[in-house]
Amino acid sequence: MPRYYTEEHEWIDVDGDVATVGITDFAQGQLGDIVFVEVPDTGAELSQGGDAAVVESVKAASDVYAPVDGVVTEGNGQLEEDPALVNSDPEGEGWFFRMTLSDKSQLDALMNATAYKAFCDDL
Amino acid sequence: MTESEQAGEEAAPTATLPLDAWHRAKGGRMVEFAGYWMPIQYEGIMAEHLWVRENAGLFDVSHMGQLMLWGDTDQAVADALEALVPGDISALKAGRMRYSLLLAEDGGILDDLMITNEGGRFGIVVNGAVKWDDIAHLREHLPDDITLNHNEDFGLLALQGPKAVDALARLVPEVTGMVFMQAIAATWNDHPIGISRSGYTGEDGFEISLPNEAMGAFADALCGMEEVKPIGLGARDSLRLEAGLPLYGHDLDPDIDPIEADLGFAISKRRREEGGFPGAARILGHYTDGSPRKRVGLLVDGKLPVREGAKLFDGEREIGVVTSGGFAPSVGAPIAMGYVPRDHAAPGTAIAAEVRGKRVLCTVTAMPFVPHKYVRKQGG
Repeated sequence: MPRYYTEEHEWIDVDGDVATVGITDFAQGQLGDIVFVEVPDTGAELSQGGDAAVVESVKAASDVYAPVDGVVTEGNGQLEEDPALVNSDPEGEGWFFRMTLSDKSQLDALMNATAYKAFCDDL
Repeated sequence: MTESEQAGEEAAPTATLPLDAWHRAKGGRMVEFAGYWMPIQYEGIMAEHLWVRENAGLFDVSHMGQLMLWGDTDQAVADALEALVPGDISALKAGRMRYSLLLAEDGGILDDLMITNEGGRFGIVVNGAVKWDDIAHLREHLPDDITLNHNEDFGLLALQGPKAVDALARLVPEVTGMVFMQAIAATWNDHPIGISRSGYTGEDGFEISLPNEAMGAFADALCGMEEVKPIGLGARDSLRLEAGLPLYGHDLDPDIDPIEADLGFAISKRRREEGGFPGAARILGHYTDGSPRKRVGLLVDGKLPVREGAKLFDGEREIGVVTSGGFAPSVGAPIAMGYVPRDHAAPGTAIAAEVRGKRVLCTVTAMPFVPHKYVRKQGG
């Protein structure tokens, strides 16, 4: 299952026409202790680069952006009870939402794991 | 265009504190604050916050302004200060300090500050973000025979938490006999240092003024002890919020007077009776009759943090604004402080905050959110 990354530090796992989205380990490290996550409602229409979710650390609220166009099929309900999952397992159990892919060609502009690592090393 | 020309046209460049390299070596994540590069956190705000409540944390607050005032007599300096602040400075004995407020002509708060009678001179510690404005205000309004010195050769550290006294006593044994809001002059490794039993976390603790060149070794000596860790600005903010202590520029500003800010305790009894401080008519009127609005604490229902700028509502009616807020690690829930009308200020009053278009239920509550642990009497 290919995983892509955005310059805004979201990851997206693509499985056929559905994708899972979260924030990267680098992002959670920058944010620090996460105390609240607001995931989008099922059925919400997202557009690439637009607001999709909000993650709140002790210090501040940060927006999470949609990596591609699509419709939300499921939010991660576990994050309501245990937002710290985003700190402990950001690229696994701490996923934010699942969505359909309206335009798979949008994935071409995203980074793969190697390119994303190089991107973070330059920050 | 050269860098210096650029700097001249823009805001002053961000300055570094004497311990800048020390913070970076300790893993501090540096951010710009009050014109300085300062550590926002080391290992993480939550862990640092909880560490201070259980152990002892070392904060670098060298961005704050350390001022010294002296004149022909201490009484002359006290009288001059009393024309600018509402505290009873004349009654402040040598070796004692007091929280006070620098007031504008209309009674609005220009800054909150600590005034210490150091015997022969007064020390004032002011907020970093407004220190240059404070200095200009003091120079303009103090009589010419009062001398004001901004001591930039000294830094300021705060050691806070229940184990602070044990840690600091290994370096300066006489601190064990001090009480809250007492100040002493001491020496450490031949360096002159000033120590007060005070702070801004709600915990017992100390603030230590010391020469810039001694700071690194002093910080190392403390952080070499198992109960002491360096703590960043992030935890300093969450600690003071839980302690119900206002932060200048957020919870206090020139539009707000001391009674609105629920800082009536800073208007000493004699000053209430005599007046003679800026904005006395407005402030004493509010003291007697109540102010139209008041700073209150808010317990937030649920987990969504309510932060500075969130509007407060009673039903559909907008009634106020949150001035500080966030997740409170020791409470385990979000808390906030803000301004509401007098008739909404009683503890238990239910109101709502608006966060991203959603209404969040809040209950007005007495502050502090976490009890203060000041050591007011020795042997008590």
